[in-house]
Amino acid sequence: MALRIGNGAGFLGDNIDAPRRLVESAELDYLTLEYLAELTLSILARLREKDPSQGYAQDFIDVLGSLTPALKLQTDLRVITNGGGMNPASCAQAAARVLAAAGLSDLPIGVVTGDDLLADLTRLQAAGCEFKNLDTGAPLSSLKSPIVSANAYLGAQPIASSLAAGARIVITGRVADASLTVGPAMHEFGWQWDDWRRLAGASVAGHLIECGAQATGGLYRHWQTLQLAEVGYPIAEMNDDGTCVITKPEGTGGEVSRATVIEQMVYEIGDPAHYLTPDVDVDFTTVEVDQVGPDRVQVRSATGRPAPPSYKVSLAYKAGFTASGQLLVYGQDCVEKARACGAMILARLERAGCKYDQSFVECLGAGESVPGLHTAPRDLREVMLRVTVSDARREAVERFTKEFAPLITSGPPGLAGYAAGRPSVRPVFAYWPTLVPRELLTPRFEVRTASQWLAAEGKST
Amino acid sequence: MTKLGDIAHARSGDKGNHANIGVVAYTPAGFEFLLRELTSQRVASYFAGLGVSKVERFELPRVQAMNFLLHNALAGGASQSLRIDTQGKLLGTAILELDLPTPTNLTAMQRPAESITS
Repeated sequence: MALRIGNGAGFLGDNIDAPRRLVESAELDYLTLEYLAELTLSILARLREKDPSQGYAQDFIDVLGSLTPALKLQTDLRVITNGGGMNPASCAQAAARVLAAAGLSDLPIGVVTGDDLLADLTRLQAAGCEFKNLDTGAPLSSLKSPIVSANAYLGAQPIASSLAAGARIVITGRVADASLTVGPAMHEFGWQWDDWRRLAGASVAGHLIECGAQATGGLYRHWQTLQLAEVGYPIAEMNDDGTCVITKPEGTGGEVSRATVIEQMVYEIGDPAHYLTPDVDVDFTTVEVDQVGPDRVQVRSATGRPAPPSYKVSLAYKAGFTASGQLLVYGQDCVEKARACGAMILARLERAGCKYDQSFVECLGAGESVPGLHTAPRDLREVMLRVTVSDARREAVERFTKEFAPLITSGPPGLAGYAAGRPSVRPVFAYWPTLVPRELLTPRFEVRTASQWLAAEGKST
Repeated sequence: MTKLGDIAHARSGDKGNHANIGVVAYTPAGFEFLLRELTSQRVASYFAGLGVSKVERFELPRVQAMNFLLHNALAGGASQSLRIDTQGKLLGTAILELDLPTPTNLTAMQRPAESITS
């Protein structure tokens, strides 16, 4: 029997109804929910900074509430998520409250930790880890800006261990996206941790479903007839031999075809012969993809090499502030007028003493969203002016946000779209890609029932 | 001239400050043609306006696909870029308009009719 692993979320902000619809329309063994893009953790880290009980994906808690009827009916259904973000233990407590309120106090929740290195950076540097920037080679000690978050991408092992200990819900922080799928496959099939071929097969399956509907018609070039409003989210039917079939629930929109699956296989990868995860070094170039039925695509022949000796680390540091504002500019001379408005905004700011580290003016609609490819057509009647600045000084960026509205009365005619109010200022987090040797980290897991997590609330952090 | 989009479909995304574009040929004949014609140099010059420092091409012949890694294409990447397209999401659509010499057997490279109705 194939193991049915579905994915109901591809990022923090994905469709909030999709997980419930997925478990109601298909019989799943596992539901995975992926919430952490590269820089999501730094946003969650800021939430934790403001309130130590926060820093996880609140969307997951809302989604879990919608899943409680299914968790009661489908007693074998298990949920695996990285929605714990910067605070998996608090996330577990919030989840426990939702479960307890639904009469599921006995449900075992596993929590995976050990990825968060922020408090440990000094110790690890003393132990000889320089956290060299993978792009520039500079050691972390040369970075002068405050570090916001530092998380290792853990692998599937602590997830599989949590499942072996009886968890029906596993909440992690940063783990490799594909590991959310590899964990249950390892647990159910009992593969060896050096069975690189099978680990590679499960990792390919995980990679294909981790972005939700992108495997089932989302982003696909020939989307026009696919009824994406009703799109079904992906399911990997994983086999013991490491092959899988990608499919979606019957009666849903979208499409699972050779084309949609291959497009997703090459999504956000580097060298396809070395797709590195903490579990295995996957070779995508040996993978065969075949249509085996309507909305059913078989994926086989993945190969793998030993897992890399280091964990990838996602480290973010403060890099000032940014804001971006837009105005619609109308008229035969719309492009020239938009440029003049952009220049006027920046000139007025300069007169007010604000020169920015970076500023950028775009005329959207005139072919500037991909610089250098197209020029504006002659009969263009409107463009969206977009002005963006970034700077180390928050107050200078705040000042920028106040310079759009004055154009209503003191700029050229034919402007609209200020009703949305002033743009908002947001902090910029820059990314420092680096590695940490495996032996310096200890992934941990802990499984308790919902009521035990609630009893522990306040006693631990 | 022929547009790449007559022969292939594509999808793009970000890897830090780099962008990647996966290009998938509709047919084996189209893939053979792209191996010859869709060179990393051609892609680099097409996207010169992005400020790309280097383009690497990787091949996946079993699925008739290639992956282009556009180094430093995103003016800072998801968090720092001032552009509207901080993550290179538009590039997969943009590359379909890249001009290639017209192959003699273009019809053997276009999207097969049966897949259009599937």
